[in-house]
Amino acid sequence: MAERIAEHPILGVQEKGNLVKFTFDGMEIEGYEGEPIAAALKAADVMVHRYTQKEHKPRGIFCAIGRCTDCVMIVDGVPNVRTCITPLKAGMVVKTQYGVSEKPFEEQ
Amino acid sequence: MKRHDLIIVGAGPSGLSAAVEAAKRGLDVVVFDENEKPGGQLFKQIHKFFGSKEHRAKIRGFVIGQQLLDEADKVGVKVVLNATVIGLYQDKEVVVKIGEEIKHYKADAVVIATGAAENMVTFPGWTLPGVIGAGAAQTMMNLHGVLPGKKVLMLGSGNVGLVVSFQLLQCGCEVVALVDAAPRVGGYGVHAAKVARTGVPFYLSHTIVKAEGDECVSGVTIAEVDDKFQFIPGTEKHFEVDTICLAVGLSPMSQLLKMAGAKMEDNPKRGGQVPICDEYGRTSIPGVFVAGDVSGIEEASSAMIEGRMAGVVAAEYLGYIETEAMDTELVDLEKALDGLRQGMFAPKNRGKAIEKTEEGIDISANLLKKGYVADDEIERYPGVTHKKGVHPVIECTQNIPCNPCQDACPKKCISIGSNITSLPIVVEDSDCINCGMCVASCSGQAIFLVDEDCGDGTATVTLPYEFLPLPEAGTKGIALGRSGQEVCKAEVVSVKTAKAFDKTHLLTMRVPKEYAMTARFFKAEK
Repeated sequence: MAERIAEHPILGVQEKGNLVKFTFDGMEIEGYEGEPIAAALKAADVMVHRYTQKEHKPRGIFCAIGRCTDCVMIVDGVPNVRTCITPLKAGMVVKTQYGVSEKPFEEQ
Repeated sequence: MKRHDLIIVGAGPSGLSAAVEAAKRGLDVVVFDENEKPGGQLFKQIHKFFGSKEHRAKIRGFVIGQQLLDEADKVGVKVVLNATVIGLYQDKEVVVKIGEEIKHYKADAVVIATGAAENMVTFPGWTLPGVIGAGAAQTMMNLHGVLPGKKVLMLGSGNVGLVVSFQLLQCGCEVVALVDAAPRVGGYGVHAAKVARTGVPFYLSHTIVKAEGDECVSGVTIAEVDDKFQFIPGTEKHFEVDTICLAVGLSPMSQLLKMAGAKMEDNPKRGGQVPICDEYGRTSIPGVFVAGDVSGIEEASSAMIEGRMAGVVAAEYLGYIETEAMDTELVDLEKALDGLRQGMFAPKNRGKAIEKTEEGIDISANLLKKGYVADDEIERYPGVTHKKGVHPVIECTQNIPCNPCQDACPKKCISIGSNITSLPIVVEDSDCINCGMCVASCSGQAIFLVDEDCGDGTATVTLPYEFLPLPEAGTKGIALGRSGQEVCKAEVVSVKTAKAFDKTHLLTMRVPKEYAMTARFFKAEK
């Protein structure tokens, strides 16, 4: 569904730096080093970042500037990381978050 | 605890401007910003700004951002990034979270320039992934180069909704509809018109009934609302979309001021909870100043002037300049700010239904309802005239503070006069040389160069074009009218590109001459 903008009529071709590998729920994905994790996920068509604690409803990017906390995920074992403002690094382990901790629902 | 003469919170347009003015006068200034990069929202603004030369009109927002950063750098402003100010206490103690550390600072004066946050609106399904803020769309496409979605519905017809809709189109998204519960388009008519002519339908007096989808947005239903904003049964319309974009206003982020004990007020004209302050940003706490959206929602150009004012006033407060010197500076800044606060969309006119222009001409009802000036309304505006040969047709129909067009023409064909909000007129007996500078300089993309009769039954229309791919000469396609409806067949005569046009290409198309005054956009055949 989503994709990267190859050339923009005003901004031209964006310099994005190194393409690096990271994992999302165990699946290997590529993204650009230093871009927000959420941007790399969006470009890879990942829409759901987490499920809410009480009603288990999906959430994804909403504000994209680190304000709303809708896009938090488990990054390298740490839950509640705002993926829209956390720069991507090679080898990051990114996981869908269930509730507010790093554990699956059944263990909470 | 580290001390500074002046601590500024927020490195956006107003904060940086305040920092520049203060540092220029010898103050030791530090700016804290919670983001990874400075510039606030300026780097997401890719359209040409309005105003006059002194407001940096017709320069794109992100270029203004870079100019401001360079200026701040030159005068030695220190900007600390990834630094969230979490507290403002007595005696101007500022608590900042930098990385995982909490640090304490003390200042003799503080400027709060925290800007604003986007409002949201709730409806069934509004929490689904795929429902995003308009700011999020801008961040994704203009900062990170990622498409926010493929098929988008925009809620909100203020300038943010209009400008972001156009930006979505520019990066190749389809905008299926622009929807607003209000009965009238809220933003500039020229911003609406450039979206409408590409074929985006406007639904005023409509709002979202629900967003559909299980894991993420797959569709949306809108319906018409009555004058009490209640849904009218039977008016539902459904769109298949993957993204719903919300552009429903901004609220000042004034929490720090409240925390510091500044006198606050709830002022809907300023966008919500704002500190009570004078026209130069002095709050009820001596030495604490405000600038930009935090003290009332406006736009980046006025925020930059407010920032400069706050910087000058802070310099005087700390004794770095004399009161007389401050007063002299403020006179000029006030004049510049006043220039921007004129016209139909001025803060003082917020919420008023304006029916006539300053010239006494009826405002286009269709523009407010549908986003474009109807063919039978366009002739009444002074920029729309007819003559032999190529001539400008200026479809600028509302009084907004903007005048680059009159300076752009080397032949002085266009005049606005000394009142910056006047509608531009085509000077009689002036000689258009078809250079296109007016077309490229109009921030509202409202100027066309038209040869109504080329002598062979055809006419040519030159229009501003900011899309990719650029059609080549000879490309056949369809001319769209102001409404975005197909009006006739068209062929591209030329596409002119020049450095002075700043990425606004001039597309000239040939149409049958009876469509000279209705064909306003070109769509290539697929």
